[in-house]
Amino acid sequence: MIEKVIEEEVPTTEENKERLRLLTVVRGETLRNRDIYERPPRYELFFPNFVMKELCVGLAFLIIIFTWAYYKDAPLYELSNPAETPSHIKAAWYFVGLQELLAYFDPYLAGVIIPSLILGGLYLVPFLDPDPVKGIGRFAFKERKFAIGCFLGGYVMWYALLLVGMFFRGTYWSFYWPWEDQSVVKATEVALWSFPLPAGIAFLVCYGLLMLLLPAVIFQDFFFRVGLIRYFITFNLFAAMCFVPIKVLLRNGFHVKYVLVTPWFNI
Amino acid sequence: MKWVPLGLVRYTFCLGGLSVFFFLLCILTGPFLMLYYVPDVNRAYSDVMDIMQVVPFGAFVRNVHRWSACLMVLCVPLHMLRVFLQAAYKPPRQLNWLVGITLLILTYLLCFTGYMLPWDQEAYWGATIGATMAENTPILGAKGPFSVLPSDKDIHYIMLGGTVLDQPTLSRFFFAHCIAIPGALAGLMGFHFYNIHRAGGMSGPL
Ligand code: HEM
Repeated sequence: MIEKVIEEEVPTTEENKERLRLLTVVRGETLRNRDIYERPPRYELFFPNFVMKELCVGLAFLIIIFTWAYYKDAPLYELSNPAETPSHIKAAWYFVGLQELLAYFDPYLAGVIIPSLILGGLYLVPFLDPDPVKGIGRFAFKERKFAIGCFLGGYVMWYALLLVGMFFRGTYWSFYWPWEDQSVVKATEVALWSFPLPAGIAFLVCYGLLMLLLPAVIFQDFFFRVGLIRYFITFNLFAAMCFVPIKVLLRNGFHVKYVLVTPWFNI
Repeated sequence: MKWVPLGLVRYTFCLGGLSVFFFLLCILTGPFLMLYYVPDVNRAYSDVMDIMQVVPFGAFVRNVHRWSACLMVLCVPLHMLRVFLQAAYKPPRQLNWLVGITLLILTYLLCFTGYMLPWDQEAYWGATIGATMAENTPILGAKGPFSVLPSDKDIHYIMLGGTVLDQPTLSRFFFAHCIAIPGALAGLMGFHFYNIHRAGGMSGPL
């Protein structure tokens, strides 16, 4: 890449060629580490050209924010009152997704385990992806179907939960369709039931085995490419992610409160 | 870093750059709010009320602070999405991905701590939800599964500085929101940019 730029700009005299060769030798190590893929052929200066463009976008948003701040006040509700729990508590909008999870999972799952899995999974992304080069610097949807599918799936789920929490939940976190009046308090929902312990264990074991074995059997190439450890971590995370919509379905479709009930924790 | 690919500003709207921009707007407006806001449970709410109603341009400054924070917490995950879709976490950029996730966590924490400072009902009960979650942490929380710590030594107690939300909570959230987290964010952002440079610039046009 560097060679390309220099070739375009510097007259290729013998002396310059020698300089370029020396430069490449001296910095060879770093160059190889840095430029392991093809770059787009045309370049511009970082400063001032690129920085100016970013500043223009910033300026546009400055105008938007100033207009917004002029016309719309940031909310300030009544003074806090520890003695009076409001019937209509909503967390800040960016946390409503987690709050929505509270409707389906105990707080230790919704507030601690699931966020930890999300963040842990995000930290692991570079190490779980077995391919070091595919699609760098472009949108390669076709070549990275599984990676992009998982990531988008989780991303969309996070915001879907957030939107449901924002717009479809009213007093006491009951579900309201958009055409229903949220000021009407809903009657307590139908009685919920839980799986008996053996059924719960059987369900989770079968689910886990299915999620861990099935992909390896169907996509054997993939399995051998990623290796056992990566495969194991990836599909545990994947199974955990898929469990969220499954629980949502079990709760809303079949009124299941818990899949597993133990004296110590419930799932 | 001298040369960057032409056409860098294209269809993903420089989401990283915008995150920096919104962060800077918050850094610029925050200190002005601090001039009038005292993190005292008996004063905090009325101070914010004063900022909204009495202080010249107070409402405007608070609004800019709030709305740019909202846009930042929207932009950072979108930036992460862009980075993922362009596979920019692959070598040689793994480290920057890790730094990025830390930035993401800090951004959410910054918003969480800031949200509770006005000490109104929404703030108080919103923070209570967060505190309940901490209380239910497995092993480390007093009410969580397999808890080992009593309720005056668990992670919930450490977070709130007590067993309920009160003055100690406000004090430590104030410290976290105004000093610790922005400082950490600013430092890590510097490292983030240094890493872009070290990896030989951006992976491709944005
Ligand atoms: C406070 C939050 C953050 C700020 C201010 C920030 C800022 C930036 C900026 C300005 C860039 C230059 C390219 C661009 O504008 O998109 C960038 C690139 C990058 N960011 Fe972030 N970022 C943040 C969070 C994150 C997160 C959450 C991730 C991912 C987990 C991440 C990973 C990366 C990577 C890998 C690059 C290099 C991209 C490439 O080479 O194409 N950053 N960041």
